[in-house]
Amino acid sequence: MTQEIKNSPVLEVIDLHVSIEDKEILKGVNLTVNIGEVHAIMGPNGSGKSTLANVLAGRPEYTVTGGQVLYKGMDLLSMLPELRAREGIFLAFQYPVELPGVRTWQFLKASVDAIRQHRGEKVLSVREFDKLLDEKREIVEMDTDLVKRSVNEGFSGGEKKRNEIMQMALLDPTLALLDETDSGLDIDALRIVSEGVNKVRSDKNAFVLVTHYQRILNYITPDYVHVLVDGSIVRSGGRELALELEDKGYEWLRDQVAV
Amino acid sequence: MTQTLTKYQQYETDYKSFDDSIGSGQPEWLRSMRLSAWSRFQELGFPTARRGNEPWKYTNVGPIADASLALATKPAQVTLDQIKATAPWDDSWLNMVFVDGHYVSEYSGSASGNVTVTSLAQAIANGDELVEQHLGQAPQFEEADGFVSLNTAFVRDGAVLHIKQGVTADKPVHLLFVSSGADEATVSHPRVLLVCEANSKATLIESFVGLDENVYFTNAITEISMASGAELQHYRLMQESEKSFHVGSARVQQESDSVYRSKVFERKVGLGRFDLYTNMDGEGSSCDLKGLYYTSGSQHVDNYININHQKPHSTSRLYYKGILDGKSRAVFGGTVYVQPGAIKTDSRQEDKNLVLSPDAEVDSKPALFIYADDVVCGHGATAGNIDQDTVFYMRSRGLDLEAASRQLIYGFADEIIEAVEDDGLRQYLEKLFLESLPSYKFEF
Ligand SMILES: Nc1ncnc2c1ncn2[C@@H]1O[C@H](COP(=O)(O)OP(=O)(O)OP(=O)(O)O)[C@@H](O)[C@H]1O
Ligand SMILES: [Mg+2]
Repeated sequence: MTQEIKNSPVLEVIDLHVSIEDKEILKGVNLTVNIGEVHAIMGPNGSGKSTLANVLAGRPEYTVTGGQVLYKGMDLLSMLPELRAREGIFLAFQYPVELPGVRTWQFLKASVDAIRQHRGEKVLSVREFDKLLDEKREIVEMDTDLVKRSVNEGFSGGEKKRNEIMQMALLDPTLALLDETDSGLDIDALRIVSEGVNKVRSDKNAFVLVTHYQRILNYITPDYVHVLVDGSIVRSGGRELALELEDKGYEWLRDQVAV
Repeated sequence: MTQTLTKYQQYETDYKSFDDSIGSGQPEWLRSMRLSAWSRFQELGFPTARRGNEPWKYTNVGPIADASLALATKPAQVTLDQIKATAPWDDSWLNMVFVDGHYVSEYSGSASGNVTVTSLAQAIANGDELVEQHLGQAPQFEEADGFVSLNTAFVRDGAVLHIKQGVTADKPVHLLFVSSGADEATVSHPRVLLVCEANSKATLIESFVGLDENVYFTNAITEISMASGAELQHYRLMQESEKSFHVGSARVQQESDSVYRSKVFERKVGLGRFDLYTNMDGEGSSCDLKGLYYTSGSQHVDNYININHQKPHSTSRLYYKGILDGKSRAVFGGTVYVQPGAIKTDSRQEDKNLVLSPDAEVDSKPALFIYADDVVCGHGATAGNIDQDTVFYMRSRGLDLEAASRQLIYGFADEIIEAVEDDGLRQYLEKLFLESLPSYKFEF
């Protein structure tokens, strides 16, 4: 095993341009995330936050028209989505997908198997996996019943988000991208999800947190806050930037950009 | 196009010798019923896919008419081990085994407990009045097609089940129709009568299983009569030879508050057709019809369902799923009638198909005919592929395209299989369907 050194970049996004159906969404994004760090990305609706997270995870319908992304020094954009996952990238979806008929247990076992095999680790027995799943399920206080059901099928909005965090805990990523995991959560669920993130958080991984609300940042303290407006990062700062945004909205930043 | 009579030469010869030998020993009422069915068959012939003949629009039975099929006059020699290697089997069921349409008592369990089961041949010989009361009495026999007439013309063996009032059957009854696929291409016409008295509860499993990859024809009819408050769980499996023909129907008469639940599994057949009629002729009756077909190679499977809501407050649910591979073809026709006066009818029908090969084809035509007000009905058919978002979600968890596809296809089929309450049967079906699913990659 290689020893990860704090402050070595796990992710370098360099002048990234992304289009969908000939419409440019990301217009030159630059972002460096070091191991052990938590970055929050905020910004108005439609500014490209989900696009950024999804492009990093390898969603196929986007076209990268320029720029580069290095993940642990590798050319991320040339990797298949499943390879990115196996190399430690995890995306918690803004809208988790329902998989009718696919049982959560079977799905997650296949997922953990694939990732462990890729790392050269032995495949877990049913019993070992059950134990692991139980542990992670308890982190997000999810009912046993839910892992017996089809993935996300008929889950409430909050249950889907908790399921994402449970999966994250299970897959133990190096770089977790959380796309509005806090949206639509009640106060208890927000606490549970945040605590889940904090339990997984270590000096061997990093987080990019897309959010609209500074309240989640009360639980998960970010090292940096970035503001994405109209496809580029217009402002970066520390934790206090989120408070300032909450106060003033995005208009003042737009004005500044215009100037 | 009308079929020429010469095509039915073999049936004619067989009918004469059958009527002379076996038929002459049957009671008079049965002989005359058979005789009129035979004349009806001579009139009708096999159905043709001509215009206006909706039930047979997408299925050409020409190959059945063209095949030279001799009446199976006796069961071929097969061992119970051979049967158990292919068919579902559980010692906790009451198994009744039929080979080439003939009851084989050595392989069958004896009726014990609270369910009365007799072979049809035996019941006829015994002069069992249940047979006279119920044979040919199921709904929509008047409009029936040539296959139904042919079965009746050759009525000889099958099963008679009687669940008495208030009785909960202590074990599932398994009627296992084995076709030996012996050298000569044969036809069998099994006939089943199931009489469920008021407030009884039972489980019926019917399996049609081929032992050899040969040409043969199974022409089966099951008539079910459900008195008020009766409950039935009916499983039906088609696991015939790849070269076989199978035309079957179940005709269910439902009185008030009866509950009919059916689960149909169709895996292997050359040309297969199953008609399911439920005549909901009592207030508060309900039916729940589920089905799963998986076709590959050059198979053709047609399911035709007809639900007739006649009285108020009845509920029907229809949910079929199909997986199509190779050059196979599937047809789904679901017709729900809501008759005048059948207010507060609640009906849903859905047929979903997963088409895995560009050469496979599905015709899904659910239809609704509503002649009453104040009803809730919905129907839908979907054919197509899994969407890209779904597959991306799975890949983002480390599964490659092949593994993701496998889980999705498996999940698609499993939704119906997991609804099977009998453990032994469910395990058999899991093996039969899930372990044989194709390795496939959804591509985008
Ligand atoms: N599949 C698509 N086809 C066309 N346009 C798309 C597609 N996906 C995203 N877009 C557009 O790209 C822009 C950025 O969308 P994105 O989802 O990245 O925004 P966001 O910042 O995450 O917004 P929100 O805060 O509402 O989640 C929007 O204008 C959106 O309409
Ligand atoms: Mg978004």
